[in-house]
Amino acid sequence: MKDFGYSINKDKQIDFDDNNKEVMNKVLRMEPSLQVCIACGSCTATCSAGQFTGFNIRRVHTFLRRGEVRFLKKEIMKCMFCGKCQLVCPRGVNLRNLILALHNSLEINGL
Amino acid sequence: MTFNFFVLPFFLGLIFVVFYIIKSFAKWIGDLDDEDKTKFRNGLRSPKLFAALSEIFFECLLHRRMFRKNALLGYMHMSFAFGWFMLILVGNMESRIYSGLWVNPPYYPIFLKFFIHDKHVLPFEIFSVPGFFRFFMDLLLLFTLSGLVLAILKRSRSRWFGFRHTTKHQLTDRVAMFCLWMIFPMRLFAESFTAGAYGYGGGFATQHFGNLIAFLWPLSDKMIAYAFWWLYSLSLGIFFVTLPYSRYMHIPTEVLLVVFRNFGITPKKEYSGYSEVEVFSCSRCGVCIDTCQISSSAGIHTIQPVYFIQSIRDQQVKPDIAMQCMVCGRCLDACPVGINTDSLRIMQRKTFFRDHISDYSYLPKAVQIPKTEVLYFGGCMSHLTPSIIVAMKKILATAGIDYRMLDEDGSICCGRPLVLAGKEEQAKTLMKANIERIMASGATTLVTSCPICLRVFKEDYQLDLKVMHHTQYILEIVKKGMIPIQSYFKRVAYHDPCELGRGCGIYQEPRELLRKVADLVNVEKENNEAFCCGGSLGLLPLSGVQKDQITKDNLKNLLADQPEILVTACPLCKKTFAKHSETEVRDIAELVANSLPAINGKTGNNSLQRQKDSTFRMKAISI
Repeated sequence: MKDFGYSINKDKQIDFDDNNKEVMNKVLRMEPSLQVCIACGSCTATCSAGQFTGFNIRRVHTFLRRGEVRFLKKEIMKCMFCGKCQLVCPRGVNLRNLILALHNSLEINGL
Repeated sequence: MTFNFFVLPFFLGLIFVVFYIIKSFAKWIGDLDDEDKTKFRNGLRSPKLFAALSEIFFECLLHRRMFRKNALLGYMHMSFAFGWFMLILVGNMESRIYSGLWVNPPYYPIFLKFFIHDKHVLPFEIFSVPGFFRFFMDLLLLFTLSGLVLAILKRSRSRWFGFRHTTKHQLTDRVAMFCLWMIFPMRLFAESFTAGAYGYGGGFATQHFGNLIAFLWPLSDKMIAYAFWWLYSLSLGIFFVTLPYSRYMHIPTEVLLVVFRNFGITPKKEYSGYSEVEVFSCSRCGVCIDTCQISSSAGIHTIQPVYFIQSIRDQQVKPDIAMQCMVCGRCLDACPVGINTDSLRIMQRKTFFRDHISDYSYLPKAVQIPKTEVLYFGGCMSHLTPSIIVAMKKILATAGIDYRMLDEDGSICCGRPLVLAGKEEQAKTLMKANIERIMASGATTLVTSCPICLRVFKEDYQLDLKVMHHTQYILEIVKKGMIPIQSYFKRVAYHDPCELGRGCGIYQEPRELLRKVADLVNVEKENNEAFCCGGSLGLLPLSGVQKDQITKDNLKNLLADQPEILVTACPLCKKTFAKHSETEVRDIAELVANSLPAINGKTGNNSLQRQKDSTFRMKAISI
């Protein structure tokens, strides 16, 4: 196919049959402070891992909320756990524990 | 006749406990790794043995550390430990006078007054040999009983003993404690009733007490005395049988721990024989509860080392308990037994995350790093407080030092946050990446602004170069007269970061440096007693509100004397305090940099040029 320098995005329609909200419920139980997240993206802006790669914790959160959890494990593997995100968070979300909770919750769900 | 059936509970209990202790000691020593076993074997033949014996005498019997914490508490423990030890020792010596033998059955000295009724010795006759022993034994018994009175008092008046919160004990602990408490009054009653019934044979206390009983209660006779001998033997026997399953296992184990420590055996990264000895050495005294800020500020009293270690011993470690800790090291510092609670906690955390995989393959390969003498590593946290990096650059440039900044364009995390969370395996990749970069620079000195990085550089990186915290390095520069500093004459309070103070033992250098540029005020809790700022990376599940409370409580402590500036030496502490402090919060480096004249002309250009250089270098790395 000819390269026009752009491509057609895949359909972004959310498929509720395929999405898994179970992971998010577990994560919220393990780390309730995530409830107050305003998705400002400060965490992502300061992220140490984000300096070197496309790791984006705000996006991880968005996909977690949507229940699109398939690729999350591969994403959070990049976290260096340095804790900068937690210090800049204006809402006091406990992000390091969130990553741990996400690891655990994905593991429980076999993802 | 030197046997009676009542000695059996004591005798069987003693055999049980002695065998149990021998078996456990053999297992723990066997569980040490080869290096430690060699250390143990060599230690037995070296003067270290005498150091160990003297520590056993001063700490396990006299409880000097307890005395330093609280005199009443120290006296209580000393009277029990030293009093009982002397009762056994002197009792053995006394029994030999009567039996004339060097070897007696073990129950003979314990129940001597049942077997021997010496008519010829008067209660206060202290100048004959048997008389002296009798007098001394009574004195020791009273000494031990005074400890018992305090122990009972401690149950209801724990504040007199320096405790705000005390440990909640298990059933086995309570049974063992009750039996331990019964031993000494039962001995007093048994000896007194016997002396009263015979009319002679007691010491100054037991004889007069016995006479009083005989006078008040004429019915009391040898049979009632005999019942008390049974109770005495039973309380000893039950205590011995419950000892291995209760906190009192700390009595024998602590001795082994002191020996290990004196022989140079140190805590390992993995759970080993040494850790097991540490776990069993915990006396569950509860000193760690009041020390812990999660208790005093956040109001959680169930996660402190005393309960955590208990859960390891019961093999029921729960993540809730193991993860809830700042790893600030305050409990470690306060522990009268010297248990390394932090390393035990990290060991347990490791067991939870074995399956968590990390992938740091995205890290750029280290390519051609310009050679330099001094390497400066800001660390992730310093990038959040850029004023520290700016200050450091100004100081280094003013001093005319040839340096490079390793993490100009963002740091690769040092790995300590992962280690603290129990993900040591995952941290190794990050460590390797950093080591490659550090070694490639050919530097001889590595300076870091972050105590968290400093600790991991020192403990885990095994670098073949000098690792320094910036406070140490600046002090060195100042002492060499390389920078012209002048004092502010501002009143400042200094906060000891946990990782710098208790972690790396650096207390004096920051203070010495501060005194050169400002007027340092004293703080109530400082040096090894300093509070944690609350931002600790060791802590995972605590909520933001509770963490804030820890920070606020520490600020109260630090700002009590109303200093003009609050100074710390850690970017994480600075960031945490800045959120809540109305007083200005600064890093030492900033204070020093501000006291320097502004960089102008040549020097300024130089530093800019360097900045450009290193930016270019880091770009090269990322490509």
